[in-house]
Amino acid sequence: MKKTELNEINRNIYDIKNKDEYDFKIKKGLTPEIIKEISIQKNDPDWMRDFRLKALEVYNKLELPSWGPDLSELNMDEIATYVRPKSKLNNSWDEVPEDIKNTFDKLGIPEAEKTSLAGVGAQYDSEVVYHSMKEDLIKQGVIYTDMETAVREYPDLVKEHFMKCVPVNDHKFVALHGAVWSGGSFVYVPKGVKVEIPLQSYFRLNSPESGQFEHTLIIVEENASLHFIEGCSAPKYNKVNLHAGCVELYVKDGAYLRYSTIENWSKNMLNLNTKKAIVGKNAQVDWVSGSFGSKISMLYPMSILNGVGAKTEFTGISFAGKGQNLDNGFKVVHNAPNTSSVVNAKSISKNGGKCTYRSLVRINEMAKNSKSSVSCESLMLDDFSVSDTIPVNDIRTDEVEFSHEAKIGKISDKTIFYLMSRGISEEDAKAMIVRGFAYPISKELPVEYAVEMNNLINLELEGAIG
Amino acid sequence: MSKELLEIRDLYVNAGEKQILQGINLKINKGEIHVIMGPNGSGKTTTANAILNNPEYKKEKGQILFEGENITNSKTDEIARKGIFMSFQLPEEIPGISVTNFLKYAKNKVTGKPVKIFEFKEELKKYMEELSMNSKNMERSLNVGFSGGEKKKNEILQMLVLNPKLAILDETDSGLDVDAIRTVSKGIEMFKNENNAILIITHNTKILHSLKVDYVHVLVNGKIVTTGSQELAKDIEENGYSKYKK
Repeated sequence: MKKTELNEINRNIYDIKNKDEYDFKIKKGLTPEIIKEISIQKNDPDWMRDFRLKALEVYNKLELPSWGPDLSELNMDEIATYVRPKSKLNNSWDEVPEDIKNTFDKLGIPEAEKTSLAGVGAQYDSEVVYHSMKEDLIKQGVIYTDMETAVREYPDLVKEHFMKCVPVNDHKFVALHGAVWSGGSFVYVPKGVKVEIPLQSYFRLNSPESGQFEHTLIIVEENASLHFIEGCSAPKYNKVNLHAGCVELYVKDGAYLRYSTIENWSKNMLNLNTKKAIVGKNAQVDWVSGSFGSKISMLYPMSILNGVGAKTEFTGISFAGKGQNLDNGFKVVHNAPNTSSVVNAKSISKNGGKCTYRSLVRINEMAKNSKSSVSCESLMLDDFSVSDTIPVNDIRTDEVEFSHEAKIGKISDKTIFYLMSRGISEEDAKAMIVRGFAYPISKELPVEYAVEMNNLINLELEGAIG
Repeated sequence: MSKELLEIRDLYVNAGEKQILQGINLKINKGEIHVIMGPNGSGKTTTANAILNNPEYKKEKGQILFEGENITNSKTDEIARKGIFMSFQLPEEIPGISVTNFLKYAKNKVTGKPVKIFEFKEELKKYMEELSMNSKNMERSLNVGFSGGEKKKNEILQMLVLNPKLAILDETDSGLDVDAIRTVSKGIEMFKNENNAILIITHNTKILHSLKVDYVHVLVNGKIVTTGSQELAKDIEENGYSKYKK
């Protein structure tokens, strides 16, 4: 049967490049002087400047990871770690400079804010240029702001939580993040407050040969709930860009947090992101993750189930095309009795792309009567794409229910013939199979992202050859 | 208007290295029900697949005409859009695509017209009732977790919805209990009219008890060795194929 191609992800919207204009761009490279300069530019309090310098020391001591994709092309001497856009923080889109506003317009952010979100943050390069939240949430004591404002206005909350969930010595790129972090979102949901409509932060990296290091810190207090959505994209340049964000989630007793992400970086991006949640008694964190862009991605969100009865679910999909190596997965540590974790991960690779599912399930001795169920499925669309599964299961008690299921497959010619015998073209048949494969994940995404995801995989079921 | 729908002329087909069909000739007119019977391995399924031009089967020689047009090397989806349907012996499972969405999409492709969703769902519901299918299946993934009988009924449902000119039913009766066979026969009765035709491929005769067929062809070793009326099926039911095997 003739091989047909699913189109590459349509990146027209994402590849809009604005002129590399900025208010301030730090020299390339990493030295204590550069870190001090960033700190001055950002008007850090002393404790934060000292924190950055210590993180840099840790960074210099740590080695690159010895496993996973090859990161040798990353040369930190070629990366500018701080780029301040020529815009201050605004709470009205009208005040955001025209070209920056246009970018977010095309990404549909102001529109989504009107129709389906309770609050929006938008970051451009290293700084947040827009932040706003609905009045009634402010009245209920919800805080949603950029990270810099949080450092200034809520120093106690920030000091107590900042890089405590993800310590700087976790790995080399977390240390880097600690030294050069900028931007990101801070969310605080007080005890018992249910935020019914999602908040969304969007991170856009425009400047070439630069890095984005936003810090997201979310605290959901006892019996409160929140749905947070994170979107990321960047236009494509010839040289490497770096994203090393950090997400710290505190989900207190009885609280619920759903954290949805669509990462759609350009294919020159190294996405070395770290995300972790600490989950209290009878609390739950659900991760929904779509990973499409980047040249190399190493992304393993982690849930630490510390409270009795804590739960977590991970639902994720990766789509790797030509030249992409997406090494994604999930980690969970069960530290208390009656905890549970459910993982449903899928990957699609085509045109020589590589997807790896790398995971850790650790059930510690005290986590009696815990449950963990992991399912990962991979679909390869041709003979030269690659798919791999590398699970580590570390179970230290017998009193658990644990299951792990992995499937790797291709689209069968028989299935294509079956669909074609119903009048459906070969291209459409393949698209239909891929869309069906992704459906369990796309149905978990917020509606506009589910639509976007289907567009991303370019499953143009309409407009086929008649 | 010509009554002729399908004509197969001197068709030779290989599956892999193996020669399966060795010179098949067959004519099917509008309003007719044809049956191809034959022992296992005689080339029945190959015949069905060759008509739909499944790329796994290679045509060495011969021609297939549909309404006078040469479709020997047409693509499967084009053949389907011209009005040929095949009910599969082992229907494929498609996770994540519901029966409704799949059929709506296929119907749009086959008719070339937009499908009105409300009307379409009503039609689907009506057919499912007639075929004693659980209407919850409409929202289930296509064939996923369906029993053998449910899959076969789902094929008949697709035939009714897509309403082809020629329906090829490949072993649709195999593995079904008496009630399911009756339901499938009912579906065939509902479909049948003087402007379409049916080609039933089977190795047993149960389904023929409740259907009036016009021609029975016996296929042995890739050749049609004899053609007759419904009486021929009865004869085979009693005496088997041995006298046709050389």
